[in-house]
Amino acid sequence: MSQGAIDLKEVSLAFGTGRNAVIALENLSLNIEPGEILSLLGPSGCGKSSLISTIAGFQPPHSGTLQVDGERVDRPGSDRGVVFQQPTLFPWKTVRENVDFGLRLRGVPRKERGSILDEILLKVGLTEFGRHYPAQLSGGMQQRVGLARVLVNKPRVMLMDEPFSSLDAQTRLMMQELLLEVWSEYRMTILFVTHDIDEAVYLGSRVAVLTRRPGRLKKVFEVHLPRPRKIEVLVSHEFMRLKKECMALVREETLGSLGQEFKAKRNAEHYRQVFIQEPATPSI
Amino acid sequence: MPGEIPSEEQALESSFIPPARASWRSLAAARRLGMRALALAAFLALWQVASESKFRLIVNFANVPAPAAVAKAAAAFVQSPKAASHILNSMRRVLVGFVLAAALAIPLGIGIGQSRLLADIVLTPLEILRPIPGVAWIPLAILMFPTSEQSMIFICLLGAFFPILLSTIHGVENLDNKLVYAAKSMGAGRRHIFCEVVFPGALPSIVTGLTIGMGICWFLVVTAEIVAGQYGIGYFTWESFTLQNYPDIVVGMLIIGVLGMGSSASVKYFGNLLMPWHRYLHQAR
Repeated sequence: MSQGAIDLKEVSLAFGTGRNAVIALENLSLNIEPGEILSLLGPSGCGKSSLISTIAGFQPPHSGTLQVDGERVDRPGSDRGVVFQQPTLFPWKTVRENVDFGLRLRGVPRKERGSILDEILLKVGLTEFGRHYPAQLSGGMQQRVGLARVLVNKPRVMLMDEPFSSLDAQTRLMMQELLLEVWSEYRMTILFVTHDIDEAVYLGSRVAVLTRRPGRLKKVFEVHLPRPRKIEVLVSHEFMRLKKECMALVREETLGSLGQEFKAKRNAEHYRQVFIQEPATPSI
Repeated sequence: MPGEIPSEEQALESSFIPPARASWRSLAAARRLGMRALALAAFLALWQVASESKFRLIVNFANVPAPAAVAKAAAAFVQSPKAASHILNSMRRVLVGFVLAAALAIPLGIGIGQSRLLADIVLTPLEILRPIPGVAWIPLAILMFPTSEQSMIFICLLGAFFPILLSTIHGVENLDNKLVYAAKSMGAGRRHIFCEVVFPGALPSIVTGLTIGMGICWFLVVTAEIVAGQYGIGYFTWESFTLQNYPDIVVGMLIIGVLGMGSSASVKYFGNLLMPWHRYLHQAR
């Protein structure tokens, strides 16, 4: 399956206008290969999530071109599924209805939908929870519903915005394994945004590191860890080497942005000392 | 308590705790219930004593009917042929006004919540009208409508309109934008986003507005009936005053209370039927 190639050429994205404009991405060029998992790492606020919403079609880029399989992206579509940081399920729909939503929108006949739903809920281990409402489920279960409702559309591309970041460590590990399992079956392209270096390396075919804002590409690593990846990979030499390298790069960027803040603070202090002196006591 | 059949909840609870403690618990519950009954009885007794002794210190109890007299009057009222007509007239006015208010305010609120243009056009005049209490509209309403019936319904409508409108706007505006994004990324168009995301998302807030609106409707119908009504429970209460049937005043007040409480409760009940998911939301948080 050679679908789901994402091409970004010189993509820039800004929020707000005029003086308040914040440049989220600047001249970002990136090719994501069909069927790979690209992990995207970067300091917080570097525009990782902005990239997701651009590719999803929520936020058109201000300049540059963005194509999926050679087609310009100009609106959201079910060929590009999004898994959000929070599960973002519809609280008024049961688990089944949440997953069914995409099927109904695509006009899949009712008879087929039942068996598709059964299959997908089995895959994410929620067979017994079809009639539950999201509020009755744990965070991990909710995120599995979030995954299922994207999978049910058989998307070419799956965009994941720190999907496991609010889960506890054990649940997160299980979700990562589930994701790899699902991916090896469907082989869609996955863009996986995270700030967790372990997660980025464990899941990714490649890991891309972004610079601090405005986000640009700093470096891309190939992850030559064998697939299917077992949990033991997390303590292998190669994993540690990659992790160390990523860590150094991310740290550099994070410290860089902290440094800027520090400088700004120091300048303000200097300004105060030079220009706003203590009012001199008037001499009579 | 010996001889008392334990409720399902108590039975469930007692299966988890040793019997000695279970009986202690149900005893404590019975004691609380007893205390409440006693307090109520004391209140009624105090009232009875105050009105019989024609207590007078700032508050004048000389003309306040005693509970026994009220009970007697209530029994007489319930049996009288006019009772149904008074109650049904008030209920009809409230219901028509309330339904019209909801039918106008909910669509308008959703429109305002979604379109800035509509908000700019409609909200400004409405903001000027909003602080005027419904009661202040009564004279003008009587002049504006050919029948007093219509003017009373209009007053009810007006009172319920603003709380429903404002909470609908609030519900739409406070909807998590991510839910709309999620729907779009699954290929939803405007119609689906409206019917399956925006409307159900705003529904809890709308139901809150309806409950408040219903309360205001009762408040206003009673006032409007006092001024302009023939038949109606507010009219009955005022008529009892002018005819010096003092026990009937209290009967009227009590019936207004019961009707108001009952209609708010039924709005809540139907709201919960519409939103079976809503109670889990509150349990989880």
